[in-house]
Amino acid sequence: MAISVKDVKHIASLACIDLDEAQEERFARQFNSILEYFKELDGLNTEGVEPTYHVIGLNNVFREDVVEPSLPQEEALRNAPKKEKGYFKGPRIV
Amino acid sequence: MSDVIIGLEVHCQLNKLNSKLFCGCSTRQQGLEPNVMTCPVCLGLPGALPVINKKAVEYAIMVGLALNCKIAEHTQFYRKNYYYPDLPRGFQITQYDYPIAFDGVLTVDTDGEERPIRIRRVHMEEDPGRLVHQGSIETSKFVLVDYNRSGMPLLEVVTEPDLRSPKEARRFINKLRNILEYLDVFDGSLEGALRVDANVSLKGGARVEIKNISSYKGVERALLFEISRQQNMRRRGIRVVQETRHYDDERNCTITLRTKEQAEEYRYYPEPDLVPLAVKSWESELKGRLPELPDAKRERFKRQYGISDSHAKVLTAEIRVANYYERVAERCDPRMAATWVADYLKGELNYRDRDIRDAFPPEKMVYILEQLSNGTITDKGAVEVIRALLDEGGDPKDIILARNLAKVETDITRAAVAEVLKENQAAIMDYKAGKAQAFNYLVGMVMKKTGGRADPAEVNLLLRESLECT
Repeated sequence: MAISVKDVKHIASLACIDLDEAQEERFARQFNSILEYFKELDGLNTEGVEPTYHVIGLNNVFREDVVEPSLPQEEALRNAPKKEKGYFKGPRIV
Repeated sequence: MSDVIIGLEVHCQLNKLNSKLFCGCSTRQQGLEPNVMTCPVCLGLPGALPVINKKAVEYAIMVGLALNCKIAEHTQFYRKNYYYPDLPRGFQITQYDYPIAFDGVLTVDTDGEERPIRIRRVHMEEDPGRLVHQGSIETSKFVLVDYNRSGMPLLEVVTEPDLRSPKEARRFINKLRNILEYLDVFDGSLEGALRVDANVSLKGGARVEIKNISSYKGVERALLFEISRQQNMRRRGIRVVQETRHYDDERNCTITLRTKEQAEEYRYYPEPDLVPLAVKSWESELKGRLPELPDAKRERFKRQYGISDSHAKVLTAEIRVANYYERVAERCDPRMAATWVADYLKGELNYRDRDIRDAFPPEKMVYILEQLSNGTITDKGAVEVIRALLDEGGDPKDIILARNLAKVETDITRAAVAEVLKENQAAIMDYKAGKAQAFNYLVGMVMKKTGGRADPAEVNLLLRESLECT
């Protein structure tokens, strides 16, 4: 079937999630059964049916270009685990 | 360089908007403390809901139209997922399928030849935050993040791989910038307003993406560096691998970020918090609101002012230069104004690496040209006034007085000619013996004696008269 343990590991790494071996196998099984379930849709005739982009059936919701108050710096940083000189501090990247 | 293939992705901040793309935080953030222009939406706090800025959509359509694009019937947003500290939510709201504008074209002047560069798409997205590295990007241990920029409205303009040289790429970007400024949706002088990713390859070779070029001049430099790197590898028989490289402006080189094997998988999916847009019906009204664009203005200038194509081109490239010229031309001889604005003023500004905004007001230029027309100052004097105004400021009238630039009276010139003739018998003999340089020497001596303020044409005339009569 489509999803192997290797795929699960790859998807987990993209999502930055650590899984143990038992979880990897369990997720592989579950992914496959989900895909199996969705396969039932392949049996439907969708000839002439417009694709659905969105489920609420609403278009064009806008706001005007008006400035509203922002948060004070200490509010913005309140939940940050690490900060320095008014900045959020994060791990080195690349 | 004919085997060079370049495609560009140009990110332009719509920094003339008042508020960000999906929230009411202000877009004015130059010189601010970090993290003072944020809210739950642009900080990505749980439960916060984005709502799109209507004017940003109008601007995007106007840009699309100015780039001769088609406007989409249906357009919508996606989440582009990746982990990077500049994204507070772990995804960027951007467009994927169904960009707002697509299939356009922009012609670029390449050494006298107008070449069409195809525009693949123009789409809207939010700017990520700004990262401050301590030390260089390679060695820094951690990053500091400022989310003031997070959620700034961006347009990404993507070209087809139609550009053939770094110079052409620079010209494309300049023209794009100028058009955005004509539309008044963008101020290119603000830091970080325009950032470029470039795809470069040599014919038959792998494609390398250079990320994050953040200055206009950096584009040409980064491309030149990368092309010579690829050419050197080819010469030495080394295969160029497909990869993403980062441009380091200070050291002028590109460095590896990631190779194809670790290529990003963004897992795009439709943004459920934003409803789709159906805005093609705005097209005709917005088309009516488009200002006269550079190419049209260039034609009008030629027609209306009778100036040359090359002058019209220089004068219409930037909207501010065009407006400046028109304010001078309506009060002076338009052809004279064209020469003095396009050649002299622009030349002096370029030499100083300055913008027309840093020049003196057009009224002062009008005054200078009036003094030139009525014979008070010479061309050389006019140039000196322009230089003094640019370097020290002040009033042209005072500068002409203080520097003694007013042309000397004819009788003073006449006296100088007489003196020079008295003092330079040898040169007169040479002249009479048919040596043309001797005449130029005498003209030079008169100019020297009058401190360069004599009118050269008059000096010529007076000298010739005197020499013929003796």
